[in-house]
Amino acid sequence: MNVRLYIWQRATAAIMAPLVLVHIALIFYATRQGLSAADVLSRTRGSIAWAAFYGIFVAAVSIHAAIGVRNVLHEWTPLTERRAGFCAIAFGLLLAALGARAVAAVVLP
Amino acid sequence: MHSELSVSLWRGGEDGRYETYSVPQRENQTVLDVVTFVQRHVDPTLSYRFACRVGVCGSCAMTVNGKPRWTCRTHVAKVAHGGRLEIGPLENLPVIKDLATDMRVFFEKWQEAKGVFAPTKTRHDAIAQIRPDTPARIAADAAIECINCGICYSACDTVRWNDDYFGPAALTRAWTLVNDERDGGNTARLQAIAGSGGCHACHSHQSCQQLCPQSLNPTAAIAGLKRRTVAAYLNGEITA
Repeated sequence: MNVRLYIWQRATAAIMAPLVLVHIALIFYATRQGLSAADVLSRTRGSIAWAAFYGIFVAAVSIHAAIGVRNVLHEWTPLTERRAGFCAIAFGLLLAALGARAVAAVVLP
Repeated sequence: MHSELSVSLWRGGEDGRYETYSVPQRENQTVLDVVTFVQRHVDPTLSYRFACRVGVCGSCAMTVNGKPRWTCRTHVAKVAHGGRLEIGPLENLPVIKDLATDMRVFFEKWQEAKGVFAPTKTRHDAIAQIRPDTPARIAADAAIECINCGICYSACDTVRWNDDYFGPAALTRAWTLVNDERDGGNTARLQAIAGSGGCHACHSHQSCQQLCPQSLNPTAAIAGLKRRTVAAYLNGEITA
């Protein structure tokens, strides 16, 4: 891992840390208040704030996890650093696509 | 105390095997004493490396019961459980024969990490005055007591997994030079250690710190390099 990837991985970790705490608090709130799926969707649909919150979350996860997977592949498999990089980019794009789909499902009106 | 030690020694090259010898156990016996006994009294073809026998030269490191150790300062009584010793060559280095490894790659990585002092003055200039209590001077102590034994390199998981990784010793040496006010090679040095084989490959497992016979802390030195390379990159001093 070079210094550029190191900075991206640490920066995305710093972004994710508070988002994870809010996300977990949200899960506790929704379950303890007995909110139904319809109740949750009524709060999230059309909300720019929730779209931004989870959109940033998905972007940070996709970058962070892809860099981690690149390191694992480089250290634990015979793949060269370059090929591990291509696999990691593909994995990151997959995470971003799946995450964006999930965010769209809960925030689009 | 057992009167005899059961000592398994690695014999041969990379495809060798352990062979077991019986060695008399004595008071205040070091692991190097045991290896020397076998070479002098049992099999003179046993190959191993040592020089000073007092923990200064860093030549005699071997893998003792699974952990890299300086054998001249490792007492048998502290590591031989049940009177058994398994002594092999250092890991993460090519085996030449028996207990001797080829340490070229270890020292080549010191060169790659720019672990060479880059002077900024000549003999005609006055000697630099460095206050001993400045943070940079204190940080520069990181590798001054390093004896180049290769124990940290042998203990490092990242070295095992990543052929390009410079390893704890080379990076600790680089950290000492980064903090040396007299040195003028920091841009090239930080550039070298900001790459894929440099400090950012370290997982901070701290085996180097745990097993360093000089009680140095390469993990802390590498953490310092991570901070310095990030600052240099963000300032545009180096590129990725």
